[in-house]
Amino acid sequence: MEITSRDLLTVMHGMGFGALFMLAFSGALVELYRVSTPGPPPNMSSREHALFRLYLGVMVVLAWLTVFSGAYLIYPWYRATPPAGLADLSGFPRALLLSSPRTSEWHNLGMEWKEHVSWLAPIAMTMVAYVALTYGRGIIQHRQLRIAVLTFAVAAFAATGVAGAFGALLNKIAPVRGGTPITLMESER
Amino acid sequence: MSVSPNSNKANVDTANMPNGPGAAAILAAGIGSATLGILAVAADASPAINSMLNLYNPAGALSGVTTVTIVAWLVAWLVLFRLWREKAVALARVNLAAFAMLAIGFLLTFPPFMDLLQGK
Repeated sequence: MEITSRDLLTVMHGMGFGALFMLAFSGALVELYRVSTPGPPPNMSSREHALFRLYLGVMVVLAWLTVFSGAYLIYPWYRATPPAGLADLSGFPRALLLSSPRTSEWHNLGMEWKEHVSWLAPIAMTMVAYVALTYGRGIIQHRQLRIAVLTFAVAAFAATGVAGAFGALLNKIAPVRGGTPITLMESER
Repeated sequence: MSVSPNSNKANVDTANMPNGPGAAAILAAGIGSATLGILAVAADASPAINSMLNLYNPAGALSGVTTVTIVAWLVAWLVLFRLWREKAVALARVNLAAFAMLAIGFLLTFPPFMDLLQGK
């Protein structure tokens, strides 16, 4: 059972960082809504508050790791230019997609959108975490802060959804290939 | 679950905080979003700008688009924070501006809209 170094890094980018970040949204959105909803005093102990701080902090780190690993590790392999006259473009995903009108929109729409819109998520999420953690439960005194935090959190979720969905589809249609083989398991037979 | 004395104290302290630091972060996030969209369109429309934003050749203009965006966002945040850290600002207006810039960021990174703007 083998994978390549590029497979491994692509999985880390998409599943290790991106998917984990996306999964964390469900908890973050519920907790942000709960913390910022006017009502009775919160039942949040200092330990739970510390956990929420850690949760948002980890989300911010995951968001930045996702976009940086995508732009500076995976994307260069995706957009590499093939040598002139090369018939087999399977090692050059961008060129492979653009070589046929049946697949070119996967690049022109999918990758072009994904590579830019994904950067809205870490910017928005950093702001959300900063405001939520700076004001804590005191945010209930600031209705407009609550509105902004929830709006930007939903926007970050939407941007991540677009990037994640196109990332998964692009990697299905024109996967990044190559790199050093890594043997995970070997059959004894 | 219980309410600890510490968390109550923190609630009182944060409730009296001015909204300026939060407003600075919100508006800066909007500025970062709009910068991303504007630079994405500029790099797509102009070969000269595309070349200028090519800071790291393997990643192409994306490297410059995102680097300049991050710098603009952080500088805006720092400046606004210094201006507003002890102030109460008109947050409804700040939000309106930030949401408009966030929408600009989304729109200008959407390839069909980018093409529409360029008459493609």
